[in-house]
Amino acid sequence: MSWIGNLVAVALVLGALLLWRRARRSRLWREALTALRRRRPIALTVVGVFVLIALMDTVAWTGGGGAEGVAASKPRSVLDRIFSPETFREKSYSAPFARTEFIGGAALTFPRRHPLGTDLLGDDVLYKTLKGVKVALLIGGLTCLVLIPLALLFGVSSGYFGGRIDDVVFFVMSTLASIPNLLLLIALIMALGKGTLQVCFALGITGWVGLSRITRAETLKLRELEYVQAARALGVSNLKILSQHILPNLAHLVIITFALLFTGLVLSETILSYLGIGLDGSWGRMIDQARNELSRDPIIWWNIAAASTALFVLVLCVNLIADALRDILDPRTLNERK
Amino acid sequence: MSAPLLTVEDLTVSFPAGRDGNARAPVVDGISLDVSPGEVLALVGESGCGKSMTALAILRLIAKPGRIEPGSRIVFDDRDILALKVTRMRALRGAGIAMIFQEPMSSLNPVRTVGNQVTEAIRLHERVSAAAARDRATQMFKRVGIPDPAGRLAAYPHQLSGGLRQRVMIAMMLVVQPRLLIADEPTTALDVTVQAQILALLRELKDELGMAILLITHDFGVVNELADRVAVMYAGRIAERGTRSEVLGRPMHPYTQGLLRSIPRLSHRGEALAEIEGVVPSLGSWPTGCRFATRCPKVFEPCDGTVPESVVLSASHHAACHEIAQRRRTAGTPSK
Repeated sequence: MSWIGNLVAVALVLGALLLWRRARRSRLWREALTALRRRRPIALTVVGVFVLIALMDTVAWTGGGGAEGVAASKPRSVLDRIFSPETFREKSYSAPFARTEFIGGAALTFPRRHPLGTDLLGDDVLYKTLKGVKVALLIGGLTCLVLIPLALLFGVSSGYFGGRIDDVVFFVMSTLASIPNLLLLIALIMALGKGTLQVCFALGITGWVGLSRITRAETLKLRELEYVQAARALGVSNLKILSQHILPNLAHLVIITFALLFTGLVLSETILSYLGIGLDGSWGRMIDQARNELSRDPIIWWNIAAASTALFVLVLCVNLIADALRDILDPRTLNERK
Repeated sequence: MSAPLLTVEDLTVSFPAGRDGNARAPVVDGISLDVSPGEVLALVGESGCGKSMTALAILRLIAKPGRIEPGSRIVFDDRDILALKVTRMRALRGAGIAMIFQEPMSSLNPVRTVGNQVTEAIRLHERVSAAAARDRATQMFKRVGIPDPAGRLAAYPHQLSGGLRQRVMIAMMLVVQPRLLIADEPTTALDVTVQAQILALLRELKDELGMAILLITHDFGVVNELADRVAVMYAGRIAERGTRSEVLGRPMHPYTQGLLRSIPRLSHRGEALAEIEGVVPSLGSWPTGCRFATRCPKVFEPCDGTVPESVVLSASHHAACHEIAQRRRTAGTPSK
């Protein structure tokens, strides 16, 4: 199965490059990208590093690297090869840069080599935190891949065509919105099973209503604008009006909402983990497991601190970017940016 | 005069009225008009009288829940527009009949360059290469008086002034050389100096391309500048129509007379501005007889009950008014 992951990684990089080249061809996007780079250099770099870590955790192959037994037949990612968690571990808790075990005080196998300490099972916390990056990005990205097309499909069609379609879509949206989100999520995950794809799908199904409402309202507004009327008077077909006049004018909304949704999704996974239906290896899971350790005396803080800080940094950076995007991408303010 | 390019007969456009689901009120009520090739017909009236609805009906762009009632007939270039298939109708829009709108600020897509939008208009109706379309667009930009036409193709609408945007709009609509241009208040949103330029441009292009214009306006100044013939609309019906000199020079219908009297004049300084008493009746509560009956200074008995018929004043001049009809009858002149 590792080749799928590798393929996805390659496809993602190629897709990003392609998008980048396309964006550079249009002045609007080129200027937006430059402005974003100028306004949020640090946040962009941090997110870039996170993406890089996730990619390093995705590209994997079997063999080599001194693994033995069962581990040798399993594909190992770049990250695994750097840390080689099979051997690089202790028996139980140890504090950051400690020489001895936290409880009992026995000597460590790798003294002063765990910058963030180890957890209950003796795994390196830094390694686990870095592994969590991929899970977090997957939750945000994959869910949006489900959510945004759904929201656009329903929102735009109901806003543009109105009438019966609008009635049906609005009924579905109201129904979905009236069911407590968490309940629906739990039910969906129970029905679909636990797994990255399933959880992302469930999050997508429960989360599209908000964006759909926004796009519907915006489409309602755009539909009546004179350039859409003018396009009709010119004999442009509905499909072309949607793709050339409505969707491009929704793009900024979608991008901003994507950035905001992303953080919301990453955070909501934490809650799911707390309920025991989160994803394996996520920061939420780490926090959940560390919860009991907080009541110990002396306190074991590095586990939860590492996961929370990583979560906090990612969410903060993406939010900062979203905020800047919101300012930049409004076509009406294009003139004021010089 | 040659055969009309556009003929509208008994056009009725209705919208649902009130809370009762089935009741419908006509916004445009059985109007007839025609436009000959190369001619400018001005459709004049105050807001809400159905001018724009008439224009949209001609393009079959009345949005639901509005609809064109059966019995209406719109013929363009010997083709029955109301019977055309959807795809045929779409092909006719833009290529046969084009329309420019009142608001140049919002009639261009803000996220696409104007060049992109003009070339789209060309390639929508003609099979030409992107490069050829760009050439045509540049030519057209030059023709409508846009300075630095090649450079302006890459501009976004917000980078252009209102006058320039209206020129872009005109270029976009005329680049495929439609036979009829519907201009819905083309100058209302512009400064007075720019208005004059745009009107001059429309007049030039009309002569050059030999197209007809249906000009929708409430401004008699614009009518005087551009129109060959005038139709005055009031509350969904045509009150009076005739040549420009007939309607502006010898208005017969009390509504037209009132309208013309209410134009401010410098020579009448210090006097109170003449006005038409009352307000336009709201849609759905229109009088059953003559629509103008509630505000007409000459109102008398028949006005309340029966719809006035069109009185032929000359071959081209018609007015729908009971009072004129009665004067005609007593004078012994036969009326229609």
